[in-house]
Amino acid sequence: MAATTSPPADLSAALVLEPVASADWLVILPVAWCLAIGALLVMLRRKIDWHPPIAVLGLAGLVVIDILLLRHVLASGPVTMVMGRWLPPFGIAFTVDLTGALFALTASVVALAGCIYSLADINDSGRRYGFYPFLMLLMAGVSGAFLTGDIFNLYVWFEVLLISSFGLIVLGSEREQIDGAVKYGFLNLVATTLFLITTGYLYASFGTLNMADIARKSEGLAGTAPLMTLTALFVLAFGMKAAAFPVNFWLPASYHTPRVVVSALFAGLLTKVGIYALIRVTVMLLPAEREELSFVIALAGALTMLVGVFGALAQSDFRRMLGYLVVSGIGSILAGVAVGGPGGIGGAIFYALHSMLVMTALYLASGVAARLGGSFSLVSLAGLYRRHAGFAALSLMLAFAVSGLPPFSGFWPKVMLVKAALDIGAWWLAAVLLLTGFLTTVVTGRFFLLAYWRDAASGGGGSASATISPAAFLPVTALTVLALAIGLYPEPLLSVVQNAAAGLAEPSAYLNSVFPGGAP
Amino acid sequence: MNSVIFRAVAPFLTSLMVLFSIFVLLRGHNEPGGGFIGGLIAVSALAIYGIACGVETVRRAIYFHPMAIAGAGLLAATVAGLISIAARVPFMTGLWIYPSVLGLEVPLSTVTLFDCGVYLVVVGAISSIALSLEERGGE
Repeated sequence: MAATTSPPADLSAALVLEPVASADWLVILPVAWCLAIGALLVMLRRKIDWHPPIAVLGLAGLVVIDILLLRHVLASGPVTMVMGRWLPPFGIAFTVDLTGALFALTASVVALAGCIYSLADINDSGRRYGFYPFLMLLMAGVSGAFLTGDIFNLYVWFEVLLISSFGLIVLGSEREQIDGAVKYGFLNLVATTLFLITTGYLYASFGTLNMADIARKSEGLAGTAPLMTLTALFVLAFGMKAAAFPVNFWLPASYHTPRVVVSALFAGLLTKVGIYALIRVTVMLLPAEREELSFVIALAGALTMLVGVFGALAQSDFRRMLGYLVVSGIGSILAGVAVGGPGGIGGAIFYALHSMLVMTALYLASGVAARLGGSFSLVSLAGLYRRHAGFAALSLMLAFAVSGLPPFSGFWPKVMLVKAALDIGAWWLAAVLLLTGFLTTVVTGRFFLLAYWRDAASGGGGSASATISPAAFLPVTALTVLALAIGLYPEPLLSVVQNAAAGLAEPSAYLNSVFPGGAP
Repeated sequence: MNSVIFRAVAPFLTSLMVLFSIFVLLRGHNEPGGGFIGGLIAVSALAIYGIACGVETVRRAIYFHPMAIAGAGLLAATVAGLISIAARVPFMTGLWIYPSVLGLEVPLSTVTLFDCGVYLVVVGAISSIALSLEERGGE
């Protein structure tokens, strides 16, 4: 205590000194909540009977937290909380705007649906292996990625969700699963490394990692910093994560191998985290460079759509077909990112949210179909309509939704994207979007015809008296109803995604939330 | 490695190293050390014990399953961050109290709790890997 002669430090320059409002805690709570429950489940690893109820309650709690967070953001604009009260740009900030809150809420709904389905799908050995702790830690990573306001922190959450997803994809340790896991793991590690290298490059150019700070400085640095290189590298890294053409091949090669519920969660969550990061970085942080690269992104989007849908047309396995449809959906989102503007970005966000719900529901439906028909293969899967007419109706609705037909959730984002593409004169992109929608209808129609309407060959797989447990049926129904509700009453969501897109294009509210006093 | 000398010395060496690891953990706030390096020292202690006396002995000695220890550590670290709710300061802010135990002022903080959490995560995760590798190797 000899150094008392030095003047007292001015803490207000470095620290947040005013007390934090309780509502602001919603920013960090999704991550802390998932981490705490995940840790609790790891501690209770022997009591596998306790895992499912704790995980279901935990994810239901997460949905509630995310709803409250979205309401808070809707009411008071972007919200920021800095870790350890250190002020940005040096402290790590969690900043939630409408885009982040919407993605986080949809992710939690998808995870809850998957968790309920898992009650019927994950047996005791899967529980002992740690399905539920992995699921909670995956959600911690996904929520963190959607809510963080710091680009290096985004990388850390990518790692968290990647490690949990490795655990989930090898659940069961079958030969085929290890094969899929190697392809999935290798490509994702390459993408993550590229992301990290690019982040280092970005830090060297900007001297900051805070997203608001980067968005503020990117215009001024346009002449001196290699921004085009940075943007191109980010697009490649996130495109790899999102399975965009030409780096899409890992997804159909791996997504059909794990348990149905794991495929469903991956289809709903992981590629969409890549898309979210792409939207955040290109639209908000480096907007001028996105404009420059828009033709490349549009071309990649169009090819992704076509490769996905033609791939789906060629498949005879339910889950492989869905893997290609996920890829095709990513193409539509990329088209929106390329077009830009409130219509394009809003359409991309809307399409991503729709795709999270519907692709998860379709994967879960493939699991139910395999239970009823005894196979994932179109060769032997038949007669599902006769076995369970209600389930066939649900599947048909989901097929309509994924094809973008009214009155389901896929219709409105398609309309927004086609209109935005026509508005800027990119008629070829609009044509590809419409062609993809048509071909997706053909894909799902072919599938419905063969798996549902065709009479089962005598002695075909699956027991005639197979019943579906409510735990498997409920999430498919709930997600389908949600897709139908969004399709019938799109106005609230439409206006919210347009506000979200406007908030990304003109991030002054975001910047004000991080730097309340203006420039430091 | 299965010499009498090694087997006789290993328990003492292990207890010394665990003690040292806790010392490193606690001094880590202002001086070199901390939860991560302390945890690694503790794991190497357990590894030595395992090489000398067998994996089963180590598993009995640490009583809890290594993964449960790691889970407890993660929970402790998360709780250390959440304590700031009560003080109305942002997540993960370091908070200190100075209770006096037997006339001695003991500084306690959420930072220390977080560091102990890191220590437990490292001990649990790495010893889980090390023990199962040793088990496989012995077959």
